[in-house]
Amino acid sequence: MKQIQTFTSTYTADVSGVPSALYELGGMIIMHDASGCNSTYNTHDEPRWYDSKSMVYITGLTEIEAIMGDDQKLVDDIVSAAKDLKPRFIAIAGTPIPMITGCDIEANARVIEAETGIPTLGINTNGMHSYVEGAGEALLQYAKRFVKDGTKKREKSINIIGATPIDFSVNGQIESIEKFLNKNGFDVISNFALNCDVNNIENAGEASVNLVISSVGIKLAEYFKKQYKTPYVVGVPYGKKMKEMIIDTLNYKYHNVGEINDELDVIFSSDLSKNFKNENIFIIGESVTSKSLAKAIYYKYGHTPIVISGVELGNTYHGDIVKDLTVRNNVALEKQDYFLEDEDEIAKVIKSAKIVIADPLYKPIVPKDTIFVNHPHEGFSGRLFRKNIINLIDNF
Amino acid sequence: MLKHVLDNKEEIVVAKKIKDVNPEAPFTSGLEYGCPARGTWNIVHTGFLIPESHQVFVCASNCLRGVVLTAAEMGEMGRFSTVTIKENNVLDGDMEDLLIDGVSHVIDKLKKKPKAILIYTSCIHHFMALDMNLCYTTLRKKYPKIKFTDCYMNPIMRKSGMTPDELMRRQLYSLLDKTDKKDNGINICGNNYKTDDTSDLIRIIKMSKIKIRDITMCKTFDEYQDMAKSKLNITYLPVAYKGMDMISKKLGQELLYIPISYDADTIKNYLSKLADKINVDIKKFDFKDKEAIDELKKAKEIIGNTAIAIDYTFTPAPFSLAKLLLDYGFNVKKIYTDSISEKDIFKELQDKYGDRDILIYPTVNVAMRTNDRKQNEKYLALGQKATYFTNTNNFVNEVECGGHYGFDGIKILAKNMINAFKNEKDASNLIQKKGLGCSCIL
Repeated sequence: MKQIQTFTSTYTADVSGVPSALYELGGMIIMHDASGCNSTYNTHDEPRWYDSKSMVYITGLTEIEAIMGDDQKLVDDIVSAAKDLKPRFIAIAGTPIPMITGCDIEANARVIEAETGIPTLGINTNGMHSYVEGAGEALLQYAKRFVKDGTKKREKSINIIGATPIDFSVNGQIESIEKFLNKNGFDVISNFALNCDVNNIENAGEASVNLVISSVGIKLAEYFKKQYKTPYVVGVPYGKKMKEMIIDTLNYKYHNVGEINDELDVIFSSDLSKNFKNENIFIIGESVTSKSLAKAIYYKYGHTPIVISGVELGNTYHGDIVKDLTVRNNVALEKQDYFLEDEDEIAKVIKSAKIVIADPLYKPIVPKDTIFVNHPHEGFSGRLFRKNIINLIDNF
Repeated sequence: MLKHVLDNKEEIVVAKKIKDVNPEAPFTSGLEYGCPARGTWNIVHTGFLIPESHQVFVCASNCLRGVVLTAAEMGEMGRFSTVTIKENNVLDGDMEDLLIDGVSHVIDKLKKKPKAILIYTSCIHHFMALDMNLCYTTLRKKYPKIKFTDCYMNPIMRKSGMTPDELMRRQLYSLLDKTDKKDNGINICGNNYKTDDTSDLIRIIKMSKIKIRDITMCKTFDEYQDMAKSKLNITYLPVAYKGMDMISKKLGQELLYIPISYDADTIKNYLSKLADKINVDIKKFDFKDKEAIDELKKAKEIIGNTAIAIDYTFTPAPFSLAKLLLDYGFNVKKIYTDSISEKDIFKELQDKYGDRDILIYPTVNVAMRTNDRKQNEKYLALGQKATYFTNTNNFVNEVECGGHYGFDGIKILAKNMINAFKNEKDASNLIQKKGLGCSCIL
């Protein structure tokens, strides 16, 4: 049956994706929720919470406010807090009850901006989609408001897009990607948005090319492509060969600005698909990181793992940029891969698996005779296995 | 880089001097912050106290995330399942089908069938007017060997009648079947922690040789069910009172409510009431109050004038505790709470210590996030939130009294304060663990 998890966990939701993406940018991020969203987010989805001062709050919505449609309370509380805290910007994310009562998050954002003079983003999450949707939309909206004109390009410069702890934890992977790019002659202007510099992000439009490292970054990369003609490459630099391919493709994109060659957007396409033979090896996880891992495994060991992704990009993105992929609501997946959200469907697909590489909380649905390789993902198991998350950029 | 963006925030005054606080409404409501002290139990932790039970949460995915990982961190995923509500369910109005079919699917997949299933519905069900009777009637008919109860994760109702925590404490005992075969047993109800054997409360009951039952000691569902045989329920936590009042009436049991207090006369009064109920001669009981006071004096000698901070998660009676400590010369400087339920004691404190610079802090105010936690002096904190906000490693790591009661509780508290004062602990590691005292695989 769909929508049931008898034995496994659930992915970080869209509403938590919003603060995760915007956490380091000096804003005040508000989840329009009764209670619980904040503790879920800051306990399980936010490794930076304890020691930092990032302003993430809930509205503390009550039954009477929801029934009476009392959006004025929402506006007044945010305006009051903003006057005290003076954030660089405000972002409001919705949850299930505001969705049901028809709360207009974007309209309220405009009212708040008018009253405070502080840029305010209204992000239409509803707690029913994955973090990819919330974090992706948050980064996009932030960039639309804060990134300066990018028609003038900086020579061989790059942004890293789609960096959140949900996919990359806080174990130095983003720093490793930055070092890797610097070492290969790329000037990293910014990363969106983990261990990042707010001022550099404003100049992100000047980058000559973008590297997208998770599904979270696709929407923003598309925006930069359309707005500033910045080409992008999707892939995570795991392993020697993948690193070489990413650098080669980035260089190609850099030297051939304006050329339409969308096949090269997704670094792990083609080879895996062309040479695919079903060996019953599966990777379960977020699509971009999982496909990158699959490709790295292919180059190192000659196997072609199948990826099962359960986090969607959502309906607002139509995935028409990569011609030779079976998109299935997700830019990264190929013909042999699966987009599956439900435990039973996943269990069915992996019932004859030789090897499954996945978060440990998937283990209960993996057959006993299957070799299970722990590959913790904060977006699935939260902080539970954080200590075991490997920096695969440096250690593949 | 975050440091760069936020470190220059000006300090915002949120604390109030004790004399200036209106106990009816100490702070105005607004946006809310959640500090990373996580030791208090949530509805998942408490629900797992029923042996041989299984929990099914039916909610949107963002609501599920926190509870499923609570279960995972407890190592209890084998007793926990979820049903995800999506937009199409809201639009199609098939919430009853989703719940019934989802729970049925879970049951059918479980190799070992649980004795009981706790189904947690959420805010969304309340707004969509879920027909609960239909759901539970259908499930009970379909699975007659399994007992079902309705539990709630509906924080939107936290200011409308019973809070989710109060409801949980009630529903925890809702699976008990009324029986006329009563024995002389006594239930200690509503607490997440086993009450100390050394506590005044347990010692008095033991004088009567009456059997004590407590859900925290039940290992099987049958043992849990035996709680229905007891004649008397005792509860000492305010959060459990309403629920236990209803349960006691339903099961034909008496209820004795003797809430946690740190006032000697009140403790003696409550223990005398208990003794009366169970026919124990209170005159023969050694309260051991002198031992407690001696230990407290010893603690004062060692701790001296060190600043002390208390928060509401440490005990349901933080102001009673503050008064005790102030009466014995401790330097209580900060109390963290968002509301004040002990109004009479609070007024006593205002009258007696209103001239002192004792500050009352809200814990959820937005500025509690941005204000600097660094202190100018050493703090001894009682409770995890006080520990976090005073940025100290000298703290007593307990929530909800930790099963201590009466003079014995005061004695243990004094010993723990001495220990905490002398020995630093890793606050960051300890207070972030969910459900203090639960199994935790972190």
